[in-house]
Amino acid sequence: MAVTVPPEKTAVDRPPRRTARRSRRRPLLLNVLALVAGVLVWALVAALGLIENLPTPLAVSRKAGEMVADGTLAADTLASLRRVFLGYALGVVVAVPVGFLMGWYPSVRAVVEPYIQFFRTIPPLALIPLTVVLLGIGEVPKIAVIYLASFMACVVSSFQGVVDVDRTLINAARVLGASDRVIFTKVVIPASTPFILVGMRIGLGASWATVVAAELIGAQEGLGYQMQKASTWFEMDTIFVSLITIGVLGLLMDRLLLLAERRLTGWQERR
Amino acid sequence: MNSKISFRDVVKTFPLKGTEFTALDGVSLDIADQEFVTVVGPSGCGKSTLMSMAAGLQEPTGGRVLVDGAEVEGPGPDRGVIFQQYALFPWLTVRQNVEFGLKLASVPAEERRRRTDLAIGLVGLEEFADALPKTLSGGMKQRCAIARAYAVDPQVLLMDEPFGALDALTRVQLQDQLLATWSREKRTVLFITHDVDEAVYLASRVVVMAARPGRIHRVVGVDLPYPRTEEIRLSAEFRQIRNTVWTSVYHQEQAAPAV
Repeated sequence: MAVTVPPEKTAVDRPPRRTARRSRRRPLLLNVLALVAGVLVWALVAALGLIENLPTPLAVSRKAGEMVADGTLAADTLASLRRVFLGYALGVVVAVPVGFLMGWYPSVRAVVEPYIQFFRTIPPLALIPLTVVLLGIGEVPKIAVIYLASFMACVVSSFQGVVDVDRTLINAARVLGASDRVIFTKVVIPASTPFILVGMRIGLGASWATVVAAELIGAQEGLGYQMQKASTWFEMDTIFVSLITIGVLGLLMDRLLLLAERRLTGWQERR
Repeated sequence: MNSKISFRDVVKTFPLKGTEFTALDGVSLDIADQEFVTVVGPSGCGKSTLMSMAAGLQEPTGGRVLVDGAEVEGPGPDRGVIFQQYALFPWLTVRQNVEFGLKLASVPAEERRRRTDLAIGLVGLEEFADALPKTLSGGMKQRCAIARAYAVDPQVLLMDEPFGALDALTRVQLQDQLLATWSREKRTVLFITHDVDEAVYLASRVVVMAARPGRIHRVVGVDLPYPRTEEIRLSAEFRQIRNTVWTSVYHQEQAAPAV
């Protein structure tokens, strides 16, 4: 049978390509404009004194310069990042296999699921007082709370990923002679990767949300600790610097995961 | 006993809301080696269940399913299965999909490459060997699935409404291609369809099934020569057989029950 090349493949000329590029550039331009506009509104509100004690963007950036110069920003950022990374990585590393086992073995699911459903309804932050009592005020309770937050977000999605694997794909592998082990590694794992990556992104968000609160438990450094200290001294500009740093870092990490997701799951039909 | 596939008094029931639903009730059918048999019938007649049991994906509740005289115990690469939903691994390229079964059989790399190329060539997908399934049309996807089944060189091909989701034109092309391949390397084919024309055009025997409970209603022999051509498709003889099959599919009440 003759295979014809789809016409649109050869018909692609300069004009459509240029419009494609322009339409891709426009959102970016709007993104930047929106950011600039936001800072301008902030500056205006601060200058007019509409909100009491709101620092101006200039004051915040000056403060940021100071904090970069004396190294406190780097130290705090590093401390927070370390906690997030440890707790989050631990959560993902444990959650993915547990989710897989739950999806693959109904008995494992029956044992584990009640606990997961129960603990999922408790916000990790609500566990902070408990962890302080149980684990003290060192690094361990902070990492434990972040771990729990990312674990809960990630375990459910990787479990769902296994459960949702298309039965015909499993059958297709089985009729080609695949054993259970092969089906698991060659079909179930790749098929559930999109779910796992979504879980990892949600888990990352949960980890960042938790780290600040976790650092309120007698931390000596960290972006959350810095904010808390600044609020007792009424240093609004320091609070803003920490806030913006947390936001930017969270965004960067999310973008990295999104990039990985595009790489790993580009085979999906949708999009 | 030289039948390749045989169903002996096969019964299949499923639990359904506290009661039992009988999908197949005493089906007996023998398919000879290298025979091309199509099964046609209304939805719910259990034709896909029949194929699933030959594939080893489902077990009969009663009776026996034999392939080469031995009871079917689970799926195996001696029986290639082609699904209506293509069932390609979307994260693998066409070549990697076709290779899948050969890798499982630990065929050495060189031999694997040769057989993969051969299978891809057989369905005319050479230009798309490194493409991902999402970039292929429905017809190309099904051709890839057929190549994947051919690559492991099964003696039996079990096809479950493989062309059901395709447009009429592509369907006719794939029917001709399937017959061309089959006449070159004869395999036993059990082909499930809901399309009467397709059933008659492909097969040397059409099994018409009835629903509730699923059973064989009638077997119609197709006394038309191979290779089948457009001329045959438009011939009076074809139309006559087609009408016979059509009537026994759509007007089953009047006909006498099958043995």
